[in-house]
Amino acid sequence: MPDGSFAHPQQRQFNPYTDNGGTILAIAGADFTVIAGDTRQSEGYSIQTRYAPKVFRLTDRAVLAVNGFAADGNMFVKKVKQRLEWYRHAHAKDMPLRAIARLIQTMLYAQRFFPYYVYNILGGIEEDGTGAVYSFDPVGSYEREACRAAGAAQSLVQPFLDNQIYFKNQKAAAGQTHPTHLPLSDVLSIVIDSFTSATERHIEVGDGLEIFVVVTKGHSPQGLESIRNVQEVTTRADTDRMFVIRRELKKD
Amino acid sequence: MAAASVYSGAGFDFTNEVRNTFLTDRGIPLPKATSTGTTIVGCLFKDGIILGADTRATEGPIVADKNCEKIHYITDNIRCCGAGTAADTEFTTALISSNMELHALSTGRKPRVVTAMTMLKQMLFRYQGHIGAALVLGGVDTTGPQLFTIHPHGSTDKLPYVTMGSGSLAAMAIFEAKWRPNMERAEALDLVCAAISAGIFNDLGSGSNVDACVITASHTEMLRNFVKPNERAVKERSYQFRRGTTEYKKEEIRSLVVEEDVTYISAARGAEGEAMDTS
Amino acid sequence: MEEALEQPQLRVFLHPLLHPALLPVSYPRDIRPTWSSIMEYNGGSVIAMVGKDCVAIASDLRLGNQALGISSNFTKIFPMTNRIFLGLPGLATDVTTLKETFRYRVNMYTIKEEREIEPETFAHLVSSTLYERRFGPYFIEPVMAGLQKAADGSLKPYIAATDLIGCLNFAKDFVVAGTASSKLFGVAEGLWEPDLGPEDLFETISQTLLNAVDRDAYSGWGAEVYVLTKDKVIKRTLKGRMD
Repeated sequence: MPDGSFAHPQQRQFNPYTDNGGTILAIAGADFTVIAGDTRQSEGYSIQTRYAPKVFRLTDRAVLAVNGFAADGNMFVKKVKQRLEWYRHAHAKDMPLRAIARLIQTMLYAQRFFPYYVYNILGGIEEDGTGAVYSFDPVGSYEREACRAAGAAQSLVQPFLDNQIYFKNQKAAAGQTHPTHLPLSDVLSIVIDSFTSATERHIEVGDGLEIFVVVTKGHSPQGLESIRNVQEVTTRADTDRMFVIRRELKKD
Repeated sequence: MAAASVYSGAGFDFTNEVRNTFLTDRGIPLPKATSTGTTIVGCLFKDGIILGADTRATEGPIVADKNCEKIHYITDNIRCCGAGTAADTEFTTALISSNMELHALSTGRKPRVVTAMTMLKQMLFRYQGHIGAALVLGGVDTTGPQLFTIHPHGSTDKLPYVTMGSGSLAAMAIFEAKWRPNMERAEALDLVCAAISAGIFNDLGSGSNVDACVITASHTEMLRNFVKPNERAVKERSYQFRRGTTEYKKEEIRSLVVEEDVTYISAARGAEGEAMDTS
Repeated sequence: MEEALEQPQLRVFLHPLLHPALLPVSYPRDIRPTWSSIMEYNGGSVIAMVGKDCVAIASDLRLGNQALGISSNFTKIFPMTNRIFLGLPGLATDVTTLKETFRYRVNMYTIKEEREIEPETFAHLVSSTLYERRFGPYFIEPVMAGLQKAADGSLKPYIAATDLIGCLNFAKDFVVAGTASSKLFGVAEGLWEPDLGPEDLFETISQTLLNAVDRDAYSGWGAEVYVLTKDKVIKRTLKGRMD
């Protein structure tokens, strides 16, 4: 009975975390990576904003998608960017993707007992020019993969990706094998359809879709020419090229 | 057991209650039923009542039904929108609809909205809120247009414009801004549509299409899927599989076509056979 | 002194196979093992899909005791008539009870009405049977697939599902239920398209089910698929992951 007096023992609680919904996903190709996220930010049954980016450019060849508690996510991205800038000043080059992945692990594990409530997916181009996706849990356990979905609709999207990217449960036609990497146009179709499907069945997914595409230096971004609303965000010549595709999702 | 299943009495069956309480006492929470995070509204206009509802049914954050019907039939001149536990709204309105029909038959009069309202509130009060139905009841009877809200515990309100469900605040904002007495039919329909749309777009528990129902003294018009602002976009590609993609271990085919070969035993008996005794 | 006797041995409540119902009621609630819902106790999932002049219904074959797999041939789909199939994912004891209840009620209907029950009528029978126990439910979320006689004598695809207290959900495309329901929703929403013929529908429903249950710890261990057409019922037992 918290009546203001100290006659009884009292307990107060503050929950520092909240879930802001949304979903992110990334798929690696042979010489490209696609990293995408919806732009809705919600709490409970309310939409806080219809446009809150969850996918961020870190370097010319690295993109980070963050999902979970938005405040932690934004702060985390800010700190990763800061560490990358320090690295640039110290070494006069961008940090390689695999090093960023390890950096993110240490940064997350540093908060082991008061974690950032975020699921990270790092995508980009490795030093050998291959597309790569790294996925993390909130305390820094990570793994390199070919594709990964995270967030509210992870359970809806991931099995679909297993089927369409890894060809799980599909028997190849006689004398044929499944490709290890899909072309960019196919990957983009699958990404867009994953998000429209998740929007249909999950209430926290919708409003907008932001897709980052990173293509290895010297390789052609084939498959992008037929896509609407493509914006190139490459900053320098002679580097990997980066594009952003923006799509509308249903707003209900 | 068998006899009980054929001639079971009316009302609820509590047979599993002991078992389920046993389980909950051991720290096993009971699962939640489909709950309709919903926007439902009703408003008075010059000639009668307009009811409105969205069409999304949810199970937690998952959309269970994209196009369900939340405006339920009570009588020809009375309809009821339901929010809350989906099964409860469905069965409560169906039960009251039946009782209203019987009541109308026994009194020989056109049913009144207050009658339905009283039946609903008395039933919900009797169940002390355990039947999770939050309703908007509207209709036109001999006393004129009537509009009520009924809460799960049995309390009621009588107001010129009402909203309920998780999108009720979004919808009420529209009503508070734009509702006026004695609106024309088209104007009022637009308003109901705007109120439901506010719920659909701003409340995550509501979505998909707008259902509306216009009730006047002479006529009731159910406008199912009056507006469909949330059609699914065309997919980027087809996902049809090559036949033979799925491996299977065993196949059993049961033909439902019964083939019979009729063989006549002898030519002499084949055509006429023995004449049947029909005397 | 008596309280000390009440303390169960540590080994007992850390044992992975322990049935929580065996624990004494006086046991402190916070250290009693719990799971999110009774629906996850035995596991299992069912899906039904509409095709062109055909329907399909499919389920996994797992029976578990929470994380422990017990059986890989526990069927959850039962024929009610030649043209109605009923899937019953949920608590296994209720699967068995309800299967018999519905067989009995369908037989009674057939005898009284002197005709076979139609899918839509059957769906309402299921719905009322479950709602009758609104305050002491069966832990089952039924899924139905059937072919309904239209006025012109043709057969129209019919699917429906209800929640555990009988709220009906008719859908034009697909319905899902069970522990893998959110996965099934996601995959089905991606793979399903209208007007698939029986063979194409078989591929789509099978792929949907297999990929969904592979991401669900409580479903899997084999699967079976029924495809209903106007003149035959095709049953196939799928080759799936057994882990």
